[in-house]
Amino acid sequence: MQHQIVLQPGADLDGFRQAVRRLVAAGAAPDGVTWQAGGADLFGAMVHDGERNGAPPVVLPRALADLIRQVVCHRDRERYALLYQAVWRVLRGEAALLQVQSDPLVHRLGRMAQSVGRDVHKMHAFVRFRRLEDASGERYLAWFEPEHYIVAAVADFFVERFRGMVWSILTPVGSLHWDRHRLDIGPPGRREQVPEQDAVEEGWRGYYASSFNPARVNPTAMRAEMPRKYWRNLPEAALIPDLVRSAPERVRAMVAQPPSAAAKRSPDRAVAAALSQAPDSLEALNRIIAAAEPLVPGGGRAVLGEGPLQPALALVGEQPGDEEDRQGRPFVGPAGQLLDRALAEAGIDRARIYLTNAVKHFKCEQRGKRRLHRSPTAGEVKQYRWWLDRELALVQPRLVVALGASAALALAGRPIAVTQERGEFRFSPGRPGYVTVHPAHLLRLPDETSRRDAYAAFVADLARASALAVA
Amino acid sequence: MSDETVFAKLRILADAAKYDASCASSGGAKRAAGKDGIGSTTGSGICHAYTPDGRCVSLLKILLTNYCLFDCAYCINRRSSNVRRARFSVEEVVQLTLAFYRRNYIEGLFLSSGIIRSPDHTMEQLVRVAKTLRQQHGFAGYIHLKTIPEASPWLIEQAGLFADRLSINLELSSERSLKRLAPEKQGGTITAAMGQMRERIAEAREERRRFSPGGQSTQIIVGADDSNDTALLRTSDMLYRHYALRRVYYSAFSPIPEASAVLPLKPPPLQREHRLYQADWLLRHYGFSVEEIAEGSQGGMLDLEVDPKLAWALKNRHRFPVDVNRAERELLLRVPGLGARAVDRILAARRHTALRLDDVARLTAGLKRARPFLITADHRPLALTDRADLRARLLAPARQLSLF
Repeated sequence: MQHQIVLQPGADLDGFRQAVRRLVAAGAAPDGVTWQAGGADLFGAMVHDGERNGAPPVVLPRALADLIRQVVCHRDRERYALLYQAVWRVLRGEAALLQVQSDPLVHRLGRMAQSVGRDVHKMHAFVRFRRLEDASGERYLAWFEPEHYIVAAVADFFVERFRGMVWSILTPVGSLHWDRHRLDIGPPGRREQVPEQDAVEEGWRGYYASSFNPARVNPTAMRAEMPRKYWRNLPEAALIPDLVRSAPERVRAMVAQPPSAAAKRSPDRAVAAALSQAPDSLEALNRIIAAAEPLVPGGGRAVLGEGPLQPALALVGEQPGDEEDRQGRPFVGPAGQLLDRALAEAGIDRARIYLTNAVKHFKCEQRGKRRLHRSPTAGEVKQYRWWLDRELALVQPRLVVALGASAALALAGRPIAVTQERGEFRFSPGRPGYVTVHPAHLLRLPDETSRRDAYAAFVADLARASALAVA
Repeated sequence: MSDETVFAKLRILADAAKYDASCASSGGAKRAAGKDGIGSTTGSGICHAYTPDGRCVSLLKILLTNYCLFDCAYCINRRSSNVRRARFSVEEVVQLTLAFYRRNYIEGLFLSSGIIRSPDHTMEQLVRVAKTLRQQHGFAGYIHLKTIPEASPWLIEQAGLFADRLSINLELSSERSLKRLAPEKQGGTITAAMGQMRERIAEAREERRRFSPGGQSTQIIVGADDSNDTALLRTSDMLYRHYALRRVYYSAFSPIPEASAVLPLKPPPLQREHRLYQADWLLRHYGFSVEEIAEGSQGGMLDLEVDPKLAWALKNRHRFPVDVNRAERELLLRVPGLGARAVDRILAARRHTALRLDDVARLTAGLKRARPFLITADHRPLALTDRADLRARLLAPARQLSLF
């Protein structure tokens, strides 16, 4: 029995799918099927919607379904017949057919899919929008002539890229319209509907011409990737003949020009600039830190270190918390208050030591009205190391105390187990130091006894560090 | 945005940037524009145009300024050169990028700069451009920033927050050449910055944070000094291993206007650059070592007439022919003319059928080169691999070069 299938013009994936279902259900072999695309009234055959439904779905390997989706876009009139041959063979025992790309049918379909893929890629690349502004606002319009029926296939790409713009792409086989909310796939457009020019094109052409290196002229390679058929819709392509023609002369002129002797200008200034740029005072460094982008999410303002230069002790914490971020000062929140108490008990005057944090911004997550503290990752701590290093080099404390693991990591440059390494420590680069816990750790302990013991140990650590510093 | 003076500056600053070979907009994660935003990245990048030198235009590749304090002999923008100078403001670059992007001319921005005032000042300006595009304009397109190696390390930390890719050009592979041709640069500074970026990129990937997601790349100039190909490849191999570089670009030194007197008068053949790229590919994707590639070289230079894989195979004929229907993947990858994709297709197809010569012809475009090295179900090269004239028979007819 002969079957005649008539499909919509263009890429009628849906029609093809319905037809395959009916043909498979009817057990129709490929040589008993004729396919007509885009000529419903030409041949007098009508496609009834009722006729399209009814047959059950056909289960196909994923790879074949993907291949069909691509090949239906091809311009070749035989596309549906070839696809149906592949479907037939897969269903009749050759389940792995698509893996045999040496098979002539698979090879041909593969080439067709490749050609469609290339056309899609070139459309992504070569569409050129022109801006139009009128009473209804700003719009961007483009005219493009694809080789295959790919208008619907490229829609996602342009929506994802130009979501915030109002634009239309017109082609001889269909059009796309995006109004920042909705996509419409419409009928073919006309070249005249697109503005004849755009003021920015002059800049683009100038850029294109300047990017060309006449010493490497190679039009064959250019045409392989940007075939002539695309040129008439590319504003820059009009320059090509001239650029190619004038290239040899430009190179001759360049080579003929005698090499210029290096002007006798001393490099001292350049070298001096490179050497003198490092901030040479704490104020200069703090200005840089304050102006910089937080390297952690959520971070508000930079909380800078505070205290006198050349102190006996510098205490380095993890990062500012909610309260520190509000006040712009280190160690003023609950942990800071606990630290103040411990310092006093250890006989240390807070005003005479230097206090700072490894991470200069408050890393947090917004939960309703609250900002929840989040620990910095090792990578984030290391990102802040340069500043801390410079800061300590300028402050010149006699001894640096790392409060907790993040500070220890920042100072040592490698992860330190605080409970095991607690006590005297030599930080890189040869900096005398001391490792102890962070006061916030004491606040988190569950019961009174362990809190009391841990606090006493912390006070003892501070006293010991202080003694080491003045020794 | 139709500003004449901006376009005039653009011509100068594009001209000044064109000797940087890298233009890839690839290597990043896929990303789409947010609501009301603009820009996406596809993962593999798009070439929006090709200039008549066959090179692709993917990014708006410009310098912020071509004024420069440094005096590197190979560079058209060195301070002692008499080229025309120009300088963009941060806002001009931002507006130009957006205007080009909205018209679908480009994938994004590739920004570099001559060094003005100080390396830190220059780097701050580059970072400011990227930050403004991302934060004020919701720009999600590709941004490649050239890192100034002499800039303070914390500026690299800032740059990585906004850029898809960071790069530093090594330019010269030996410390000696660097001293002679780029007296103010120091190899140690460059590798230190590369090391910093490698560490940050790896940490961020592990911690699922954003820091130069497209990795880092570099460029080496070919033919401006006396380094041979084996030395260049050894440098690249070291860079891939120790600094986890995504790409090393080779740029054949090209005659420039206002050339310095210390440069060689003649540019190297473009073919040399092409062969270096092929060899680089063998290093990264085909399991070749620098020493193996050197076997097919002469005096440390790659054979300009045949590709490096064929050159190696001609020196190692005892390892061929290879049976298409039986050989392991590693061995098939060594067959001249067979690319990685062809090999994968062969492996898939031969599970279901015995491959004949016609079949292989449908799986690769390189059968002519592969044939003497292959056994198929219906073909066995008759001692062809022992013929003295095999090399001559396989020589491709001279033709115009195509550079990717």
